[in-house]
Amino acid sequence: MSKIPGALPARPAGSSLGVSRGLILVAVAAALLAAPFVFYPVMLMKVLCFALFATAVNLLLGYAGLLSFGHAMYFGGAAYVCAYARKELGWTPEASILAGVAFSAVFGLLTGLLSIRRSGIYFAMVTLALGQLFYFLCLQSPATGGEDGIQSVPRGLLFGALDLENNVTLYYFVLAVTGFGMLAAYRAINSPFGQILTAIRENEPRAISLGYRVAWFKALAFTLSAALAGLAGATKVLVFQLASLTDVSAPMSGEVVLMTLVGGMGTVLGPVVGAAIIVSMQNYLADVGEWLIVIQGLIFIATVSLFRRGVVGEIAARLRRGRGT
Amino acid sequence: MFELIGVAPQALFGQLLLGLINGAFYAMLSLGLAVIFGLLNIINFTHGAQYMMGAFGSWLLLNYLGTPFWGALLIAPLIVAAVGMAIERVLLSRLYHLDHLYGLLLTYGVALVIEGLFRRFYGASGMPYANPIPGGANLGFMFLPYYRAFVVVASLAVCILVWLAIERSKLGSYLRAAIEKPDLVQAFGINVPRMITLTYGFGVGLAALAGVLAAPIYQVSPIMGSHLINVVFAVVVIGGLGSVAGSVVTGFGLGVVEGLTKVFYPEASSTVVFLVMAVVLTIRPGGLFGATR
Repeated sequence: MSKIPGALPARPAGSSLGVSRGLILVAVAAALLAAPFVFYPVMLMKVLCFALFATAVNLLLGYAGLLSFGHAMYFGGAAYVCAYARKELGWTPEASILAGVAFSAVFGLLTGLLSIRRSGIYFAMVTLALGQLFYFLCLQSPATGGEDGIQSVPRGLLFGALDLENNVTLYYFVLAVTGFGMLAAYRAINSPFGQILTAIRENEPRAISLGYRVAWFKALAFTLSAALAGLAGATKVLVFQLASLTDVSAPMSGEVVLMTLVGGMGTVLGPVVGAAIIVSMQNYLADVGEWLIVIQGLIFIATVSLFRRGVVGEIAARLRRGRGT
Repeated sequence: MFELIGVAPQALFGQLLLGLINGAFYAMLSLGLAVIFGLLNIINFTHGAQYMMGAFGSWLLLNYLGTPFWGALLIAPLIVAAVGMAIERVLLSRLYHLDHLYGLLLTYGVALVIEGLFRRFYGASGMPYANPIPGGANLGFMFLPYYRAFVVVASLAVCILVWLAIERSKLGSYLRAAIEKPDLVQAFGINVPRMITLTYGFGVGLAALAGVLAAPIYQVSPIMGSHLINVVFAVVVIGGLGSVAGSVVTGFGLGVVEGLTKVFYPEASSTVVFLVMAVVLTIRPGGLFGATR
């Protein structure tokens, strides 16, 4: 199995780039904090939610080499749980999100244990099929509201104090949630756990022979990824006040894979860039109708054929080449 | 006996027949996927779109050129196979040295483009296709429409022919050899890249043939392939891509299981194949016919 390009080798600490990287971080943080006063906050929040969702997919695809075509299960499943807890049970926003994440984590563990019994393309097909199974369950269940979904979910007061009906307040909350989720993914990747995942991707038999319990690591990565996807889905409910069948559908699973691919698999920032590109494209091309699907398909084809490392991966490769390493 | 299980025989056999028909499509599609996977090492996510193109091809041929069903049965799969071979030459052939996942992602993108284009020009609603063999026979316990019987028999015949061609013919032996050791087969003077292109075209043609057969039973619609292909992927996971006969048996078997579910517990009819897949993964992770890679 040839390896997936794009994964950056960890840079040694205290390199000459340290200072400039710090400056870039500060600039990015300032831009993110000022963004809701420049752009439409709901649009930004959509990008953030999908950036987190794509990060979850990237954790599996970019580092463990597992392509899931059913991640809408966890995104949409958590969205339904969160919306139900918030609207029907009257839970607080934070408790509703936690309920959604808890559902995704448990559901991710169960379906993950099933999916990792096969690898490679079979894994993709198993996750796709499980996603379809869950879609039909959601379609038939009375709790999800069928074709209507769960609409006009109240945003409510965060921690009993912050009014989330205010878009800017909600934006900062979504930013914090996304930041937390991405940091969690980053920590997981840059840890012995992440190294073992990469080792399994590169050479599974060797990882087994070194004594690693491969299935356990894969299941754990899958659960973490599902929980993060759930966090994204549950947060999305507060933004759009809606959980619907679209969130659990197969095209949703494909879209998030596209974001990860376009941004760059196996890069930390790739999913964010990919989500920003695809979400803004959907936004600006909202009135082209069916052409949007065609365009998304063409982006898939172009990315796979011409720049497999994705936007961030290609830039990183250029920079490395420029430094002569 | 029928009073005992509380189901009218007409309903039972009617659904059983529909199950066999669905099974025939599952079998032909998973057979094509298996043949393609064997030689190209990619899973063809465009398969559902190519099935839809087959159905649309026959509809377009009828409405614009007046080609009857029997002509379309031959012409449409050839056209779709030609389009498939062009896609293989231009796009897929560049990816063989890479991870399988890239082939999967590329074919998924191609499927989006094809389905999006058809939806753009023909809408998402279905269009009827006249039954080429109207009428049927009353067998006493059920009414058997001639066309549906024809579909089951024709699909079974196609599957057996494909099996014979792969397992028993000289060309099939080249194919099996190329699956095992492409370099060696190339060294013996066989043009393996051309063989790969033809194999892809053949698998795609099978999908399109299933689409033509499906056109008079289901409505012709741009989205007819996307649901079907998800079920076929579950079928493939259950049966494995390693065996031609295995694909056919699993396809027909699951069609029947689905048909019976429609009779006894209709709520689960859309999910039963996926549930069977989950059970098979738990008990026999390698699939019913093993030989997975």
